[in-house]
Amino acid sequence: MTHHFILRVITKLLIPLILLFALYVQFHGDFGPGGGFQAGVIFAAGLVLYALVFGLDTASQVIKEWVLLLLVPLGVLIYAGVGLASLYFGGNYLDYNVLAHDPVHGQHLGILLVELGVGVTVAAVLTTIFFSFAGRGQRDVNEVLKKSSGDGDAGQTS
Amino acid sequence: MSVVIDILLLGLMGITAIAAIRMKNLFAAVMLTGIYSLLSALWFLILDAADVSFTEAAVGAGFSTVLMLSTLTLTRSAEKPSRHSPILPLFVVVVTGAILVYATLDMPGFADPEAPIHTHVAPHYIEKSEAEIGVPNIVTSVLASYRGFDTLGETTVIFTAGVGVLLLLGIGRRREDGDE
Repeated sequence: MTHHFILRVITKLLIPLILLFALYVQFHGDFGPGGGFQAGVIFAAGLVLYALVFGLDTASQVIKEWVLLLLVPLGVLIYAGVGLASLYFGGNYLDYNVLAHDPVHGQHLGILLVELGVGVTVAAVLTTIFFSFAGRGQRDVNEVLKKSSGDGDAGQTS
Repeated sequence: MSVVIDILLLGLMGITAIAAIRMKNLFAAVMLTGIYSLLSALWFLILDAADVSFTEAAVGAGFSTVLMLSTLTLTRSAEKPSRHSPILPLFVVVVTGAILVYATLDMPGFADPEAPIHTHVAPHYIEKSEAEIGVPNIVTSVLASYRGFDTLGETTVIFTAGVGVLLLLGIGRRREDGDE
């Protein structure tokens, strides 16, 4: 991976912008196009781009696998938790009106949290799926290399 | 002018789709499906569906292309020559397509204000959204609030997909290499 110099530099320039745009889409979804799903997808795309250019090992140091595995259910739990909270405050399930003193503020809070839940799950699931696919490919290549060379020293495929 | 762009875009989509089908090299076919997704993202943009457009650009052109490429590393890169006659699949596809086209004949015209979808709950959303939800983007207020149950279901579907992939493929290379 010492070559692809241009790709690496451009990627380093692009990734902060991609992640920032994802956050913008996430929290500006009330006003412009976008929302949790789109934000999650863009965020995951930024991470996947990083993994593509700098390798899976570097990427899994940036975002650990256990963090991803934690985030996958966390988003759904946030979403369902907002529903339970509205039940607790005496409304129907996912009725955000009761979350704050006046209904419109409650709606704002509810939508923000719910979109956050969607974004977290989508970003984590897409990154996890990519890591699974790419990790499997790398693993198989490693096995083949080990078999063919016999000494098991051919671990690094990059 | 917009008609020219429409025809150009749809024409390019048609050409890309046919080229992707005829391509025997799977790498090139994956790239062509990516291009097709990018073109359909543009098409959604012309139809004023900005949300759908950048979902399509990110998922269709970006993400699924990458996933297909990483799948290609697990398999071979050229399509096997088919030994079956294409008559039966072609027949099934043509009949299904004809039924689908026939079904569209009953649908209301494009952007018809009297269409059932525009007279049922949509007027309520458009008129009351500002007062009830207070969010300028009606799409967001419908998705997250009026239709909150649907979106919870969709999130659960994505969660289930992630769990399914994890169960089938696992993540990382933990046990095999023992380097962690």
